[in-house]
Amino acid sequence: MGCVTPSIQNSNVPKRAMPLLEIDNLSVTFQTAGGLFTAVDRVSLHIEPGEIVSIVGESGSGKSVAMLALMGLLPWTAGVTADVLRFDSQDLTTITKPQLRKIIGSQMAMIFQEPMTSLNPCFTVGFQLTETLKIHLGMNRAEQKRRAIELLELVGIPEPEKRLSAYPHQLSGGMNQRVMIAIAISCNPRLLIADEPTTALDVTIQAQILDLLLKLQKEKGMSLVLITHDMGVVAETAERVFVQYAGQQVEQQSVKGLFVSPHHPYTQALLNSLPERSHSRILPSIAGIVPGQFDKPRGCLFSPRCHYVTDLCREKPPIAGPVEFGYALCHYPLAEGVPTNYPEEVRA
Amino acid sequence: MSEISIQEVVDNRPTGFRAVLSEFWSYFSENRGAVVGLIFFIGVVLIAVFADFIAPHAPNQQYREALLQPPFWQAGGDIKFPLGTDAIGRDMLSRLIHGSQYSLFIGCIVVSLSLAAGVILGLLAGFFRGRVDTFIMRIMDIVLAFPSLLLALVLVAVLGPSLINAMIAIAIVQQPHYVRLTRAAVMTEMTKDYVTAARVIGIRSLRLMFVTILPNCMAPLIVQAALSFSTAILDAAALGFLGMGAQPPTPEWGTMLAEAREFILRAWWVVTFPGVAILTTVLAINMMGDGLRDALDPKLKRS
Amino acid sequence: MKGDIVLEAKDLTRHYHIDRGTFRSPAVLKALDGATFTLAKGRTLAVVGESGCGKSTLARLVTMIEKPTSGMLSISGIDVRTADRATLMNLHKTVQIVFQDPYGSLNPRQKIGHALEEPLLVNTPMGKKERRDAAMNIINLVGLRPEYYDRYPHMFSGGQRQRIAVARALMLNPNIVVLDEPVSALDVSIRAQILNLIARLQEQFELAYLFISHDLSVVKHIADEVMVMYLGKPVESGSRDTLFAKPHHPYTRALLSATPVADPFRVKERIVLHGELPSPIAPPSGCTFHPRCPSMTDICREKAPETREIDGCRVACYHPKIYP
Repeated sequence: MGCVTPSIQNSNVPKRAMPLLEIDNLSVTFQTAGGLFTAVDRVSLHIEPGEIVSIVGESGSGKSVAMLALMGLLPWTAGVTADVLRFDSQDLTTITKPQLRKIIGSQMAMIFQEPMTSLNPCFTVGFQLTETLKIHLGMNRAEQKRRAIELLELVGIPEPEKRLSAYPHQLSGGMNQRVMIAIAISCNPRLLIADEPTTALDVTIQAQILDLLLKLQKEKGMSLVLITHDMGVVAETAERVFVQYAGQQVEQQSVKGLFVSPHHPYTQALLNSLPERSHSRILPSIAGIVPGQFDKPRGCLFSPRCHYVTDLCREKPPIAGPVEFGYALCHYPLAEGVPTNYPEEVRA
Repeated sequence: MSEISIQEVVDNRPTGFRAVLSEFWSYFSENRGAVVGLIFFIGVVLIAVFADFIAPHAPNQQYREALLQPPFWQAGGDIKFPLGTDAIGRDMLSRLIHGSQYSLFIGCIVVSLSLAAGVILGLLAGFFRGRVDTFIMRIMDIVLAFPSLLLALVLVAVLGPSLINAMIAIAIVQQPHYVRLTRAAVMTEMTKDYVTAARVIGIRSLRLMFVTILPNCMAPLIVQAALSFSTAILDAAALGFLGMGAQPPTPEWGTMLAEAREFILRAWWVVTFPGVAILTTVLAINMMGDGLRDALDPKLKRS
Repeated sequence: MKGDIVLEAKDLTRHYHIDRGTFRSPAVLKALDGATFTLAKGRTLAVVGESGCGKSTLARLVTMIEKPTSGMLSISGIDVRTADRATLMNLHKTVQIVFQDPYGSLNPRQKIGHALEEPLLVNTPMGKKERRDAAMNIINLVGLRPEYYDRYPHMFSGGQRQRIAVARALMLNPNIVVLDEPVSALDVSIRAQILNLIARLQEQFELAYLFISHDLSVVKHIADEVMVMYLGKPVESGSRDTLFAKPHHPYTRALLSATPVADPFRVKERIVLHGELPSPIAPPSGCTFHPRCPSMTDICREKAPETREIDGCRVACYHPKIYP
């Protein structure tokens, strides 16, 4: 497998006017012992067919919760609201449960971080794979088996016939993740959501799995949403990036733009704190920690940790900026690394 | 250093024992049955403690003029003996009140004996593994292989029938459960990094076992202790009923049942009230144990 | 003195016997098979490799939780295998460890202050007041607040816990600190904080670090020397600059190419290794890397390669990449 450059690989996919997935102002709240906790705060997401998008953020940024909410996989304690939630021009907020179930798993599929626990240890790989085929495609036994072997071959598992009767614990983490991918793509989904698919894997296996995901994405022309915390993975795979912080979407941009000129101070600080981008022994780190349920600041959520913080930031929550600033959720979005509209007296 | 000045995040949650207690209560009180059980249990404890003041008569005082008198609401009953009298004219209520002392005493002694022995053996087995483990666990397997009441009976038969011997026998029968539980918990904790870290610091085995590991294994043990408290009362009552536990005229509930066997058709109250006392006490403790499990078992905890 | 050798290992080996039930002979797992390295005061040796490469076994040997099966391990000039009990007890104090998982490495029933004082309590004759002062001192040093002294670990975030773990490791003034993946469980922004803390403490106390990691970008940032391991054997070791500029062993090169770099403009050579890590119970014959190696030949299958020196790196390979 050669080098993969993300920008050119999807130029042959025709862009349609209608995005595949439209999410506007999605919020998720949890009722906890300490009161209402907003895990996802007004997140918007538009994904074109055949596009690779990455959602990047640290733990507690709500990146997984947003996608779980979309898939309807959250526990009942979660309150999900959204202005628009549309998949392939079908409104997901109004359709019936059976219709939703039909879409999820066949049109939209998801893979998770822990390959070892995402598969049921009591059943063989083959059983779990054919289960999806049976439910969504109504295939008969012979067809199921043929398709299962075909899928395992597609995700690069050697000796697929033998592996069908293997149990998850008999396979390694990388192999299990391949099985998970096979299950996810078994119904030719149009959207694949990968939630930290390689975090639990070794570096060389991670490279294999990422290559596999990119290859499948290209072959099937599906959209891929990659949820990750690893800026390296983002740089090497995605085309567009959404940066999340403490449940809010702080910035969205093309990958190249993001790494050259981030518009939100958080993104800038995050990139600067990466060891591979620094040349001094002491890294420019971001002070403090992500605010939790009980210590949410009044104004901008990033204000306690921000370099450029002013009184305005501490008092008033910012609104998303214009498109040329990547919709940055900041009072003074950065241009070429310098804040705009920055008050003169603070600068001095 | 810039990073030092900015640990701004102030965690204002209360600390220490009171916080732990209030968290415990918030989980415990979610289980209504557990709270009811707890209240009942506290009631039994109070009755036992103040038995001498509450009881209208002495437990072994015989009133020859009132043999097998029914409870006061029945014809022939007298408010002087609210729950009636037994075959030799002793007041049922007073005997029951004093009997609660014995039940709690049995529960406490049996649980402490079996808990202490079980925890030590379980710690040794889980900590040293290998031959020590095999030796201890095989003995426990043998104890577990007998039906528990039968083994207790045999032990009492060997030691001689008395309340103390019955308690020792029940403790021996119960203690394998603690051994197994402790061993499993210790083995889980042993794999954690903090135990390795403690070793690197230079902490010796004994301190490691009792100071570092044991406190982290206590939650399942407390639950088991609460549940086996009731089993102990039940077993002691059974032994008493079979004449192998407390000896007459001790007002122990099981023994009272045994003495009253022959009157079951003539005077229902003599049999029913000790039985109800055993039933409600055991039920209350079991419900309380369920609540304890909810509150202490981290696996059932929600964040 | 900076530059004094504080840790030296020669052909360090640790085998485990795996019980396979009553009726089968136990299998031998060569968790660590002939590691040779030195570590000097104030320097950082990074041990890199994937799961099952023997990194953690090495940590257990260096911290003397386990004894080596064979080979030489000397700490501060004292051979661990021949030292008597009293010397070993003293030696124990000079090597401390910080673990990967900040949630598992602190005793949940122990207050922070007590966790920090415990090393002093069991190892020194210090009084209560002295211990408390020492703990407060170190709390301050790692950037925590004094009021954390009375708190339990569950009240802290991962980054703060890792600071506490570092603080505990420093309580006995060790010479060597084993850092077992100290930042891989942390978020990016917290990772930089902890890396800075580690770097600052090294300068202040001239600590020698054995830094175990799988993340090459972190290793490149912090290490002076690097040792790459595969299935219990070091395949390549050398100074950081040489190793990252001129990786010789095919595995090192594959590892470097597989590590994602936060630079979307980088055009890189991608060597994707095929297959999975073989089981360490039945490692492949000859060079253990041969089934996955892109430049494998017949000799690799038959005989394990000797370690030889190329450009100042110690490489165990028949077909290393030679740079002009």
